[in-house]
Amino acid sequence: MAAVLHAISLGLVLFATWLLLSGFFEPLLITFGVATCVIVVWIARRMDLVDHEGHPIHLGPRIFVYWLWLIGEIVKSNIDVAKRIIDPRLPIKPTLFWTKASQQSELGQVIYANSITLTPGTISVRVADGSVLVHALSAESAAGIAQGDMDRRVSALKCGGPD
Amino acid sequence: MIGIVVDIVSWVLILTGSAFAIIGGVGMIRLPDFYTRMHGAGITDTLGAGLILAGLAVQAGFTLATVKLLLILVFLLYTSPTSSYALANSAYTGGLQPWLGKKEDGSSKSS
Repeated sequence: MAAVLHAISLGLVLFATWLLLSGFFEPLLITFGVATCVIVVWIARRMDLVDHEGHPIHLGPRIFVYWLWLIGEIVKSNIDVAKRIIDPRLPIKPTLFWTKASQQSELGQVIYANSITLTPGTISVRVADGSVLVHALSAESAAGIAQGDMDRRVSALKCGGPD
Repeated sequence: MIGIVVDIVSWVLILTGSAFAIIGGVGMIRLPDFYTRMHGAGITDTLGAGLILAGLAVQAGFTLATVKLLLILVFLLYTSPTSSYALANSAYTGGLQPWLGKKEDGSSKSS
């Protein structure tokens, strides 16, 4: 059942992308577009590519709330790092440390590690055994990760059990 | 009238984005080592590219071009952390140690 839902979701996303990128709205061309999408979904299913990782529809609207929060964090940390770069004294204090990734699934840990990298001032260097090795530009950005707010928010997305 | 407002908003976005992109580039030169330089590149990747694309989207209005610009932004936000991770991870695996704190040997310049 879930597999069928993922296939339908993939088909809808593919067709929406096709429609928006092509800008064709004549019946004949739309028929070709639908046929192409159906063939692609069929091939993707045969290749066993349609699953909860490629198409995490179970995340639902929670992921959009998280994205909005993440964009806010990205803007804040961008301004902080930009200030440090143009400051003549270059006030940086790089650190490298392991922090806990409490997500149950690989998908959750990927979202967490990518979120760390997307916020300037912190980069995820390695993910292993439920922890992330983080390189931080300053003590403040390191403290922001170590305090664990982002970790809790990604865990609250409930990306599914261990797999 | 609306045209002027659209122009002002889009130019403010584009110029702010360009400023962030330049600061990111300056960071890549000023920062001391490989890992810290990646933070500078991160500014260009996120807010620099994001604001420029947003400014162009405002200029394009409610058209398919705006949808394509937003798609570029979405793909960028997925691919840039992935490539950054690959870069940082391979540097770390290759044994490159990060520069941690000021410990310049002896007679080097004091800032």
